[in-house]
Amino acid sequence: MSSAMIDLILQATLDTLYMVGVSGILSALLGVPLGVMLYVTRPRQILARPALNQVLGIVTNIGRSVPFIILMVAIIPFTRMIVGTSIGTNAAIVPLTIAAIPFVARLVEGALNEIPPGLVEAAQSMGATPGQIIAKVLLPEARGGIITGLTITVVTLVSYSAMAGAVGGGGLGDLGIRYGYNRFNPTIMLITVAILVVMVQGFQSLGDYLVRKSDRK
Amino acid sequence: MITLRNVSKTYHLRNRRKDQRKSRLAEEATPSLKAGSTASSGLPDDGGMDRPKADANVIVALKNVDLHVPQGSIHGVIGLSGAGKSTLIRCVNLLERPSSGSVVVDGQEMTRLSSSDLNQARHRIGMIFQHFNLLTSRNVFDNVALPLELMGMKRAEIRERVMPLLDLTGLADKTRQYPAQLSGGQKQRVAIARALASKPRVLLCDEATSALDPQTTGSILELLRDINQQLGLTILLITHEMEVVKSICHRVSLISGGELVEEADVGDFFTAPRTRLGREFLNDFLQLEPPKALVERLEAKAGANTHPVVRLAFSGDAVSTPLISRLARECEVDVSILQAKVESIQERTLGLMIAELLGPAEKTRQAIDYLEAHDLHVEVLGHVQRDD
Ligand SMILES: Nc1ncnc2c1ncn2[C@@H]1O[C@H](COP(=O)(O)OP(=O)(O)OP(=O)(O)O)[C@@H](O)[C@H]1O
Ligand SMILES: [Mg+2]
Repeated sequence: MSSAMIDLILQATLDTLYMVGVSGILSALLGVPLGVMLYVTRPRQILARPALNQVLGIVTNIGRSVPFIILMVAIIPFTRMIVGTSIGTNAAIVPLTIAAIPFVARLVEGALNEIPPGLVEAAQSMGATPGQIIAKVLLPEARGGIITGLTITVVTLVSYSAMAGAVGGGGLGDLGIRYGYNRFNPTIMLITVAILVVMVQGFQSLGDYLVRKSDRK
Repeated sequence: MITLRNVSKTYHLRNRRKDQRKSRLAEEATPSLKAGSTASSGLPDDGGMDRPKADANVIVALKNVDLHVPQGSIHGVIGLSGAGKSTLIRCVNLLERPSSGSVVVDGQEMTRLSSSDLNQARHRIGMIFQHFNLLTSRNVFDNVALPLELMGMKRAEIRERVMPLLDLTGLADKTRQYPAQLSGGQKQRVAIARALASKPRVLLCDEATSALDPQTTGSILELLRDINQQLGLTILLITHEMEVVKSICHRVSLISGGELVEEADVGDFFTAPRTRLGREFLNDFLQLEPPKALVERLEAKAGANTHPVVRLAFSGDAVSTPLISRLARECEVDVSILQAKVESIQERTLGLMIAELLGPAEKTRQAIDYLEAHDLHVEVLGHVQRDD
């Protein structure tokens, strides 16, 4: 294999890591608060706002139900507004992040749901404010579940990023399609798939390790 | 000090919420209609407004509860499952907001506090739970530190406060362990230390020993008693176990169907409960039932040839007086003891006995009078036919 080819593969790998990394971080920063909101605004919860909860729930479900490939195309004007272009890795980050936010939110909500209600009650009996309950009870107690959710999200982002690559997003997906499929170079195709597999394994192992470390149960 | 006045709590089940809203709207509409009509409208007065709703979706969990727990006293509330015990104790720190009535803790009316004042007030009320409710993500030290962090206390100050509490509760060697590494009894000790961290004047215990074995229960109760004596802490505890009431409470209330049906000093309650439910609790606890074979022969009414079976309860001086032999001598009846037991209820000694009084009807009646005159509590369980 030529050194130009190796450079291409290396560049594509870095692009994928960049897309997954940035959209992963952004979707965590926005999705975790949304997940907390979804949970604490439920009826009978510490910040019960049933109407707001319904609105958030519907918006989240819409975000979850639009197929990624359609979402990517549908928000092109929005993507352009934010990053100034609709192709390339930066452009891919926008739909990736938007697709991942509701995903993260639901997983976080699920993790919070696992916390025994007695813990919140105990904190309330000590005079904790809703903000203190979120910071000192809900988030720390759900840490393992939240990390599990973020791991699932990152793994999903790896495969979505390959999809984004297929429509000009750059990265391993792009490389695989362009060289492996269009120019029929099975070696490149195999290498990109192999790198994606290793990447997913790596993220999963890292996630599992972090969960184990945070788990005191 | 805790004072509940006329506290009621109703739950409205959710699936009927729409209907309830509708009927509430109807209720609101009625008065305005009335205001518009003249007094002589001839319409029948709508008595439906304050008719109690016999709706299956309205649960009355507490009904007109009055309770006073003086400073420094340990008050038990005992009742069967679903009687409203948890609801009652949760109304004290407003984890559950009463539908009506007043809750005063240390001179402060809880139901009228703003939410930030309520949080302040809760710093002065500790609470422990059946399932401990420790944070699994924090070690022992940090669990006990939690209420202090919530109050905004500095780390160094927190240390000074937490360490003595860990000594008091016997956890000094467990500071860095996580709840998952502790036994149930140790977890409850952590919960007690945590509840005491903010130096509360009042401690609420919701079935604090129900998840523990008898021995551990004993040591936790002992700790609670020490705390009560050393710190002068007022303790309200709810339980379904007479053992708990017996070993640490000064006074006890009996709750049934959301109402307090009986209240007494613990010694009196164990000698002579006034309600049927109280007697059932006591009998269950003492395991002092007449033998089955006898129960089958018991008749409610005295007949020509029967003699009474009685349950005697006596405390204080009566325990050490040879009453039975005197009874035989002075009243000329024979006493056949079927079961007997001596219990010590805190400082008091309580004697219990199930006995047949053998003799002519006239004499056995005199014997019962004689016993009552000597401050024994006599309950006639029934009458049995003479065998011979
Ligand atoms: N949040 C709620 N919504 C509706 N009904 C409730 C609620 N909480 C309690 N109840 C009802 O109120 C009644 C009293 O409940 P409570 O939990 O106070 O009983 P308890 O005496 O503590 O019972 P246990 O010994 O089983 O804990 C029960 O009939 C229960 O079903
Ligand atoms: Mg209960």
